[in-house]
Amino acid sequence: MTAPTLERPAADEAALQEHFDATIAAEHRIEPRDWMPEGYRRTLIRQIAQHAHSEIIGMQPEGDWLLAAPSLRRKAILLAKVQDEAGHGMYLYSAAETLGADRADLTDKLIERMQKYSSIFNYPTLTYADVGVIGWLVDGAAICNQVPLCRSSYGPYARAMIRICKEESFHQRQGYELLMTMMGGSDEQRAMVQDAVDRWWWPSLMMFGPPDADSPNSAQSMAWGIKRHSNDELRQRFVDMTVPQAQFLGVTLPDPDLEFDAATGHWRSGAIDWEEFKRVLAGDGPMNAVRIARRRAARDENAWVTAAATAYAEKHGA
Amino acid sequence: MSTDVTAEGGHGAVPTGPEVPTEPRPARVRRDWPLYEVFVRGKRGLNHVHVGSLHAADDEMAVDAARDLYTRRNEGVSIWVVKAADITASSPDEKDPLFAPSGDKVYRHPTFYEIPEDVPHM
Ligand SMILES: [Fe+2]
Ligand SMILES: [Fe+2]
Repeated sequence: MTAPTLERPAADEAALQEHFDATIAAEHRIEPRDWMPEGYRRTLIRQIAQHAHSEIIGMQPEGDWLLAAPSLRRKAILLAKVQDEAGHGMYLYSAAETLGADRADLTDKLIERMQKYSSIFNYPTLTYADVGVIGWLVDGAAICNQVPLCRSSYGPYARAMIRICKEESFHQRQGYELLMTMMGGSDEQRAMVQDAVDRWWWPSLMMFGPPDADSPNSAQSMAWGIKRHSNDELRQRFVDMTVPQAQFLGVTLPDPDLEFDAATGHWRSGAIDWEEFKRVLAGDGPMNAVRIARRRAARDENAWVTAAATAYAEKHGA
Repeated sequence: MSTDVTAEGGHGAVPTGPEVPTEPRPARVRRDWPLYEVFVRGKRGLNHVHVGSLHAADDEMAVDAARDLYTRRNEGVSIWVVKAADITASSPDEKDPLFAPSGDKVYRHPTFYEIPEDVPHM
């Protein structure tokens, strides 16, 4: 957008900072062309861009089952879900661009591994039960993360999250329904569900990030209204929601230390293997190379479509 | 852990420490398709409302892409798209003197006028 050049007195930075702080303190939203501290802008770009990358890369594990879905109904549902994830990525790139990022450049940064995506998508989907477990656990964890982001202090991000959260509920429910159907099937199908739960449970808990003690910059993000709850708080919320759902489903969560703490009313889980998390995030997960290679191929092999559309638009230009 | 990895990556924790680059590299930016802002009328009787943006080669493609991106669940009955570069905005922030003239005209609001409680239908 272009702004007409209005005569404005050059406000000094302290006054701008004061106005920004007051806006945050009043729980008002910061909008794209407001003055904002550089650290706030950069932290938001990091967060929003990598959230967008997670949505886009997140299409791949489930996309692998589109052609093998067992019925037309399941295929239509999975297609709609994967298409939603593409939409989520687009809403978020749109929000990142309001901060001065560039969409094509962000995609390049993903492909060149300068920016990351959620480590959860570096695990393979070995059986069709994985599709159900991803909807239930991975989208379930995403909902816990995303609901507080609807109140993010940055307007375009908060608005994108409201739209995304409306759609995530379908994602989780279709997954749980798929699992209920399989649990009502054969012993073999029940074993597939249990196996998928065994593989996805710990990576889902890792989605909430390292323990609070190891998150040095969290306090600043909290003060900026970018982060609303600590990693451990959100993880606890997820565990408390999920344990009864597992019981209803009839599956066992693969944590021998998991127990109910009657004093606090919370479920306490065992120790998480953070070395695995670091390894997978750094690029050493089972599927990192495959995910990036496919994203690179999508960019490069479709470049001719972009070029053709550009040429057509120039020829028939307005 | 050397850097901060926060849960605020939506679909999972992502690194948010200073080692993650944020600024576009001019040489890499493929300035191919313009940015369009998208406005959707949710249903008859409502105004078009800004919902987000997208990139498209031309106006027609922008409308088609906006339909796929912003109205997958009957969220709209009409779409407007406009090139972001063609929008003229009032000011860089929201405490601009442009809006000052309306700030002191309290008599434009019904609450300015004191009417006794017992006047009917007022
Ligand atoms: Fe999503
Ligand atoms: Fe989702």
